[in-house]
Amino acid sequence: MATAEALRDLTEISTQIETAVVLDREGTVVASTVDDERAGRLAQSALELLRAAEEHRPEEGLELVQLDVALRGGSVFVVSDRDRVIAATTREEPTVGLVFYDLKSCLRGLGEESAPKPKPKPKPRPRAPRKKKADETA
Amino acid sequence: MRRRSFLTGFLLAVGSAIAAVLFRRRAARSKERVELYFADGTIVSLAEGAPGAERLLQHARELLGAAR
Repeated sequence: MATAEALRDLTEISTQIETAVVLDREGTVVASTVDDERAGRLAQSALELLRAAEEHRPEEGLELVQLDVALRGGSVFVVSDRDRVIAATTREEPTVGLVFYDLKSCLRGLGEESAPKPKPKPKPRPRAPRKKKADETA
Repeated sequence: MRRRSFLTGFLLAVGSAIAAVLFRRRAARSKERVELYFADGTIVSLAEGAPGAERLLQHARELLGAAR
């Protein structure tokens, strides 16, 4: 399943999500539900928001995994894993838990997709027929 | 008569309490806020006006603006 398809599924499943963009940690857009220009601006803002939010970590080295911002006029959600970030916007007063669940599921699905598939186990070689010893034949 | 005035007073008090709760809830909801969730389960909540909140809210407003 392609990343764009995963995002399309996400907006179909979660009616609360209006727009979503997947980006890497450098801010490069991987996929989005909007046109390229808007996606670029969304990704840039999402990355800036994430970096600014990381400054509020209570302990050094503690990883920020998700955030939500409730604004007048809508909400913003950002979920990150090791190398990917998904940012989404919703209408006002969304069901926060549900939106986070859908975003994390989408991100997890993309992670599984990009992970290398485990190599199939080699089939056991058929055993060679046992040679009869010379004294057995005699 | 006395019983009736007690009932009126009681209903007025209950009504006022409910209205106050609803008003506070509505006021809290209309306030902008940021919630940050960390890997160890820590949640940092920054309401509008808190130190550092404005910068995050500004980035979020830009993001919302770019989406629309």
